[in-house]
Amino acid sequence: MTVKQAAEKLGFAILAGEDSLQREIEKVYCCDLLSFVMGRAPADSAWVTVMGNINAMAVATLADTACIVLAENAALDEDAAAKANLMDIAVLRSGLPVYETAKAIEQAKADD
Amino acid sequence: MAENIKLEYIVPGDDFTRAGEASSEVKSMLKKLGLSSSVVRKVAIAMYEGEINMVIHGGGGKINVEISPEKVDMILADQGPGIPNIDLAMQEGWSTAPDEVRNLGFGAGMGLPNMKKYSDEMKIESQVGKGTTVYMTVLVS
Repeated sequence: MTVKQAAEKLGFAILAGEDSLQREIEKVYCCDLLSFVMGRAPADSAWVTVMGNINAMAVATLADTACIVLAENAALDEDAAAKANLMDIAVLRSGLPVYETAKAIEQAKADD
Repeated sequence: MAENIKLEYIVPGDDFTRAGEASSEVKSMLKKLGLSSSVVRKVAIAMYEGEINMVIHGGGGKINVEISPEKVDMILADQGPGIPNIDLAMQEGWSTAPDEVRNLGFGAGMGLPNMKKYSDEMKIESQVGKGTTVYMTVLVS
């Protein structure tokens, strides 16, 4: 399932990174502590978090996640959005809490 | 690659908005050179953690990267306060990061452990009051 398909199926808003929507989501990972994410997020994962700051964008690039999904309608900072578009990082937004967001992605992936 | 590629980056201290720029540039270069995605990811993660440590603790510093067909060497040097107890600093969860840094999502005490995990060789030289130099190598083949 691609990032774009996940967004369409689940009704998640696409906030940034239009050029990366064709990336495949292989796994789902949830965490807000950036050093944990750096060390443990699998490559090509959908990273569910509430951290929408510029450092989260750097972490997503370097850990090579497929996309960031901001749960709980968490804000994407303005400078973070600019960085996401510059670095081609797809950022989605979900109104669901972290666990429900991750579960919904996993379910959509299983149904795909 | 006819000759080794040598890169140098100055990392500004206390500027979290620019943290990761050097690592991102090196990652892009390694991708262009056609290195495997697992090698690129290892270098990117190890270097970024070092870069963040320089911003949080070291007051900035200098990173030298040398890319050869066999390996990627990274030397990260700062003139910060140094690490009094390296064994303690290497433990997962140990952190001296201030609260404002934790609020950004850092300071979980995973920086040095992640650097060790994602590099094939790592050595730390540190002197209290003088600074810290971290040497990391990621093997290409």
